[in-house]
Amino acid sequence: MKAAVVQLPGLNRDRDMIAALTKIGGKAPVTVWQTETEIPDSVDLIVIPGGFSYGDYLRCGAIAARMPVMQAIKAKAEAGVKVLGVCNGFQILLEAGLLPGALMRNASLKFVCKEIKLEVANAETDFTRAYSQGQILRCPVAHHDGNFFADAETLARIEGNGQVVFRYAEGTNPNGSLNDIAGVINEKGNVLGMMPHPENLIEAAHGGSDGRGLFASALEVIAA
Amino acid sequence: MTISNSRPITPELIAAHGLKPDEYERILSLIGREPTFTELGIFSAMWNEHCSYKSSKRWLRTLPTTGPRVIQGPGENAGVVDIDDGDCVVFKMESHNHPSYIEPYQGAATGVGGILRDVFTMGARPIAAMNALRFGAPDHPKTRHLVSGVVAGVGGYGNSFGVPTVGGEVEFDPRYNGNILVNAFAAGLARTDGIFYSKAEGVGLPVVYLGAKTGRDGVGGATMASAEFDESIEEKRPTVQVGDPFTEKCLLEACLELMQTGAVIAIQDMGAAGLTCSAVEMGAKGDLGIELNLDLVPVREERMTAYEMMLSESQERMLMVLRPEKEKEAEAIFHKWGLDFAIVGHTTDDLRFRVLHQGEEVANLPIKELGDEAPEYDRPWREPGKPAPLPASLVAEPNDYGLALLKLVGSPNQSSRRWVYEQYDTLIQGNSLQIPGGDAGVVRVEGHPTKALAFSSDVTPRYVEADPFEGGKQAVAECWRNITATGAEPLAATDNLNFGNPEKPDIMGQFVKAIEGIGAACRALDFPIVSGNVSLYNETNGLAILPTPTIAGVGLLPDWAAMARIGTANEGDQVVLIGGDGSHLGQSVYLRDVLGIVDGPAPVVDLADERRNGDFVRSAIRNGQISACHDISSGGLAVALAEMVMASGKGMSISLADCTGPAHALLFGEDQARYVVIVPADLANFVCASAEGAAVPFRRLGTVGGTGLVVDDLLALSIEQLRGAHESWFPAFMDGSSNAAAAAE
Repeated sequence: MKAAVVQLPGLNRDRDMIAALTKIGGKAPVTVWQTETEIPDSVDLIVIPGGFSYGDYLRCGAIAARMPVMQAIKAKAEAGVKVLGVCNGFQILLEAGLLPGALMRNASLKFVCKEIKLEVANAETDFTRAYSQGQILRCPVAHHDGNFFADAETLARIEGNGQVVFRYAEGTNPNGSLNDIAGVINEKGNVLGMMPHPENLIEAAHGGSDGRGLFASALEVIAA
Repeated sequence: MTISNSRPITPELIAAHGLKPDEYERILSLIGREPTFTELGIFSAMWNEHCSYKSSKRWLRTLPTTGPRVIQGPGENAGVVDIDDGDCVVFKMESHNHPSYIEPYQGAATGVGGILRDVFTMGARPIAAMNALRFGAPDHPKTRHLVSGVVAGVGGYGNSFGVPTVGGEVEFDPRYNGNILVNAFAAGLARTDGIFYSKAEGVGLPVVYLGAKTGRDGVGGATMASAEFDESIEEKRPTVQVGDPFTEKCLLEACLELMQTGAVIAIQDMGAAGLTCSAVEMGAKGDLGIELNLDLVPVREERMTAYEMMLSESQERMLMVLRPEKEKEAEAIFHKWGLDFAIVGHTTDDLRFRVLHQGEEVANLPIKELGDEAPEYDRPWREPGKPAPLPASLVAEPNDYGLALLKLVGSPNQSSRRWVYEQYDTLIQGNSLQIPGGDAGVVRVEGHPTKALAFSSDVTPRYVEADPFEGGKQAVAECWRNITATGAEPLAATDNLNFGNPEKPDIMGQFVKAIEGIGAACRALDFPIVSGNVSLYNETNGLAILPTPTIAGVGLLPDWAAMARIGTANEGDQVVLIGGDGSHLGQSVYLRDVLGIVDGPAPVVDLADERRNGDFVRSAIRNGQISACHDISSGGLAVALAEMVMASGKGMSISLADCTGPAHALLFGEDQARYVVIVPADLANFVCASAEGAAVPFRRLGTVGGTGLVVDDLLALSIEQLRGAHESWFPAFMDGSSNAAAAAE
């Protein structure tokens, strides 16, 4: 599997993401700058990492979603290439219309960085096969705008389709998200967006490795 | 607003620039004529207290600043310390007190931005930040507003920039009601052969302006920061700068990319007094003149005058001297990141600082004298008095030891700071090994399999107030101790000296004695000061802050696998006190927060004990003999034990039977050079025998286990009781759901 990490001004967890993909996938991902209009055909996983693209000015992810590289990502997504957006990456995918719903300011109105519990609500996706259905993971969050919202109809649809992949569990919802939603996938099952940061919990130095399963699944390197 | 450069220089105008009549006389004799309006502004910017250190220089020189690992001491943008393998750590702490009181969000945010810029200007990628924050009384009407704004500002900038905040302090005291303290620390990693300095070299080379555009924000900021506050403070809001962390993140990446190309000869960030200070510094250090053409400076406002451009403190700007053949390459990098790149001048051989604007020469000054000939004062100072001794026998015992401890762990100053640090990204970069809540923040050194760095920021202002010399020593010792408690070797420190008006002999006396104490401790502990900042005039309506010399230190862990934490005790482990029994209740939080009395001398720091006990603890940690460790500071042994119980979720059964002295002094005494170590049962005899062999005092206090902290028949508190008290004060205070006055009663 070959992964690509998208780089835009203001993204700041790109180095964390590159480190995680390298450590779990065994080779470094390629990087793609915002002005590039094509993504190499050899890439099977595109990752938009977290941060504050364009300072989160205007609206989180709004400016990034209109950069040239997003057209290339949309084309790849349509062609079935896996796309993962974490935190600001999730916000960008929403702004680009690749995922349903919206992310509002945290209910506390404050930035929040802490460890939460995450339930794997759908272990049948290309991103979660390494986990079991209903498994509870530890995972850090670090965001100001992670309060997932969707209108009733959309919510019913994504719940019905099993598009909710991760939920905050055990009363640890840090932001007021509807139905404790922490991550959603598109109908086709190849574009996942999530607020928590699995890339920051992959090794002993992080105090745990619950995040590895996501990358192992997406990179298809699940240990037997 | 357009101000002509030929505006007449009146005594009122000179005074408004914070220049004293004798300082103005000095200007006249230096340049042999009356300065232009722009020149007056330049002198005011270079000669104010904030930039010139005119009251403090004489004393700062007495501090130890060298050592086998010190690559760069004070005088550059930040200090540089060798951490082996060709790696070095670059760090500094700086205050943004005055602006943060006027406009808390932007004041704090730009404080963080400024210190990050100091670090990456030297070629280092920032890897850790800390913030030492001090606010007025919880029940003061402005306090909640200031806490909320400052914390949001620190987080807003650091989180967006992408540096983990791994430590810091938050304290409340009525003496900060009119002047809060925001001291921001940043550290970065660089290669020892890839450090960049501000000294310009070569004549006729391009001086390049990089980063954000220049606006009118912050004009006169450094001069504002060199004056006391009074009721006119609201008028000072326009002197506060506005931060843009997004541009700073781009500036970081662009600068590091550019440094890789070999294009950079000299680099200086534009901080206090912006273009003026950075240009003068680069030229003066390199024995070169600088000529600037302001018509080429990127601006974001119309019709800016030369005066405004020279004194603007707009953020996220840099000045560089570049190799001319690399100009195009450099420009391409900055344009890729969407930043301004403009050649605004060149170096000259005439040692003049010349500024041109719209065809007119608005300033022509001797560049060396602007910096080097700044006034320097030996201000009169008075030896501080010493409080009478306060033996523990004269201090009342609590009616109920359990309630006293609950009150302390739930007090405004000892309660959990979770409300604050959960608003900071503590995990970004994926290298955080210890986040706030322990003794020191620890981050691993990326690219190295085992190395890590420990960071701590400390000072106990009430001790410094009672005894500036001992208090100065204690700030250094506590920082050194916190770093040691992780198993790291303390390498070097940065100091951020916050005091009142130095023109008052009592305040100057505090300053002089505190520096003496800091110097003594740094020498005894081989902990040199490699960078720092002085913030004076922290007074409102004549009332000064508590003297607050913040010390932020860095330590090295050769192998983080052998690191200690405070919350990793195991059932059945033994609890051992390293250091003497508690005896000193003067200036303790027990006295202040339980009995409501502020009295007595500060605890004395025996630096030989400090060193011996600390070296013993560090070596026991590194030898894998310790399962958890915590230093003993405010609140004494009882608070240290309670914090370990809360962090581990495991109880402790403690007996003071072997200790000597009254129970309240044993539990709450704030004697120095002490640690609690948790030792696996099968190693306890060995560790205690080693302590004995090293002449390190120790006491076996008890065993880890049970559902709470039990001390003889004095107190028994469950983990839930302790956590409830410890975690609830801050959120309740900020919600306004608790009456702060009641909580602090």
